[in-house]
Amino acid sequence: MLQEFKKIIREEEDFVIIDAKGIYYRELNELINELILNGSKKFRILNVNGQRFIADGLRGGYYIEIYGTAGDDLGGFANGPTIVIHGDIQDGAGNTMNEGKIIVHGSGTDIIGHSMRGGKIFVKGEVGYRVGIHMKEYKEQIPVIVVGATAGDFLGEYMAGGRIIILGLEKRPEVEDIVGDWIGTGIHGGAIYIRGVITKDKLGYSANIKEIDENDRKIIEKNVREFCSYFGLDADEILKSKFTKIAPISRNPFAAMYSDSRENK
Amino acid sequence: MCGLGGIFNLTGKGISGRDITIMASMMKDRYDGRGGGFAAYGIYPKYREYYAFHLFFKDEEAKEVTEEFLKDRVAIIKDEEVPMRNIKEIPREQIVWRYFVEVPHKFKSKADYLKREQDYIIDTVFTINDEIDGAFVASSGKNMGVFKAAGMPQDVARLFKIEKYNAYSWITHGRFPTNTPGWWGGAHPFNILDWCVVHNGEISSYGTNRRYLESFGYKCRLLTDTEVVAYLFDLLVRKQKLSIKTAATALTPPFWSQIDRMPEPMKTKLTALRMTYAPAMLNGPFAIIVTNAETMIGLNDRIKLRPLMVGKREDFVYLASEEAAIREVSPELDRLWAPRAGNPVIARLNGDVKEEIIH
Repeated sequence: MLQEFKKIIREEEDFVIIDAKGIYYRELNELINELILNGSKKFRILNVNGQRFIADGLRGGYYIEIYGTAGDDLGGFANGPTIVIHGDIQDGAGNTMNEGKIIVHGSGTDIIGHSMRGGKIFVKGEVGYRVGIHMKEYKEQIPVIVVGATAGDFLGEYMAGGRIIILGLEKRPEVEDIVGDWIGTGIHGGAIYIRGVITKDKLGYSANIKEIDENDRKIIEKNVREFCSYFGLDADEILKSKFTKIAPISRNPFAAMYSDSRENK
Repeated sequence: MCGLGGIFNLTGKGISGRDITIMASMMKDRYDGRGGGFAAYGIYPKYREYYAFHLFFKDEEAKEVTEEFLKDRVAIIKDEEVPMRNIKEIPREQIVWRYFVEVPHKFKSKADYLKREQDYIIDTVFTINDEIDGAFVASSGKNMGVFKAAGMPQDVARLFKIEKYNAYSWITHGRFPTNTPGWWGGAHPFNILDWCVVHNGEISSYGTNRRYLESFGYKCRLLTDTEVVAYLFDLLVRKQKLSIKTAATALTPPFWSQIDRMPEPMKTKLTALRMTYAPAMLNGPFAIIVTNAETMIGLNDRIKLRPLMVGKREDFVYLASEEAAIREVSPELDRLWAPRAGNPVIARLNGDVKEEIIH
């Protein structure tokens, strides 16, 4: 296979450079896997446009730079790699990601961070609907999503754990608020931090506004500083803002729905 | 899943069919080859005053019966086979013929002749689809046509020599049939007069919408949920003269909880619209592109369960299920965005493209 794709691969310092123009996603991903088996650790993939599943299921600290628009489910089930996208991402990036980082210089669309269980996603621009849907956490394994611009409806839908931070640093003209409606519909774990003031009518079922404590402030600061370090932004300025915390209304908001009804009478 | 695409030139400049084919082929993981198609506007300038009928026939007999019927109802100015290539990917299942027709002159004397004429054309289309075995009208608008078959859109493009047409407005669809059969007539776009629709998702309100439309004389015969969208736009915009924005608001209205929070007079207006058009409301997950001769509309369901992106570069507007499909034909864009759920994005000929805020 490497022989077959010789024309589109070259090496530069410790990077393998791949020109992905017109290459079907299956071939591109097989090529990356084969290069990894050959010992490559750092990749720069040029002219990406819509190829799906890039870096899916990679285990280990690989470094992947992508130039272009990464296709659906980028970094799905990834376990360790750092993926930097100079461009946009499509639906489902970071799907069930376990460890690693996805750093996006452009924008993203729907269900980013779907079922994420670890690792971090940083998007400089805006994201779409249902971002962080079904995110979860276990002990120290706490996934984080930080978004520089705005997010659509159903942010953190059915969220069971993890942290989402929306900064709303820029807003396109059609968008009124930095987050859409029904925030945290069905949330039963984790927390969402939104820069500015959010009114209760924006919240979904089982979500509530909670006081920000010292621990929350630490989480916000640590992740905002990391976010700003990737995109050359002033963290101190952003951290001066007030944040609203959205979390489950109670420890177990769905207890009455799923347990024996007689016990709950 | 399905893959949608649209290219619209705001100044009416003709675009070759190559770009729309590239857009379609960029989304090949979204469809499975059981339905692909294109609609093109501005392709028959020589016959622009006549209704262009694109007809599918199962056999010669169906063609003869249909032609007998057509001759009684309309004047056929010209007819010819729609040029096709022989390709191994798509066996010729249908005879595809186009007719440029004119309605009888008696309509011309009436005050609202255009509406009567169009109703007469719709009636002609429904009668063929309903009563003539093995005949099916793929499109019936002026200066436009629908090209579709059971195959991958890029193969359908080769089959119908799509690259040879120049149109100022193109839409495409690659189908992944889930609920209804994959056949030539079931491929998108769906059309009536110059309305066309391509759709990704499901219209779960189909039953309600269909009964509502049937009460106005529309006949749903294509074994698919999508056709109701074309008929709803025809009913609300052409017949009832709602603006496109108001029609789209009736189809994907804000939720009652959102209406409750609105200031007057908006609140009363939207309450009235929702109540009047309750049976026209579209439910279920969808992204659709709807077109007529002057407009291209992109619309998502009210909670956005399907993807849709809009791009603009100078006087070109692009709509697609995936950003990558737009970037492949226009790597540089002045703007690229995902419209909010239920907000129609409307591109108008000799106008601009705008996302209307209704949610």
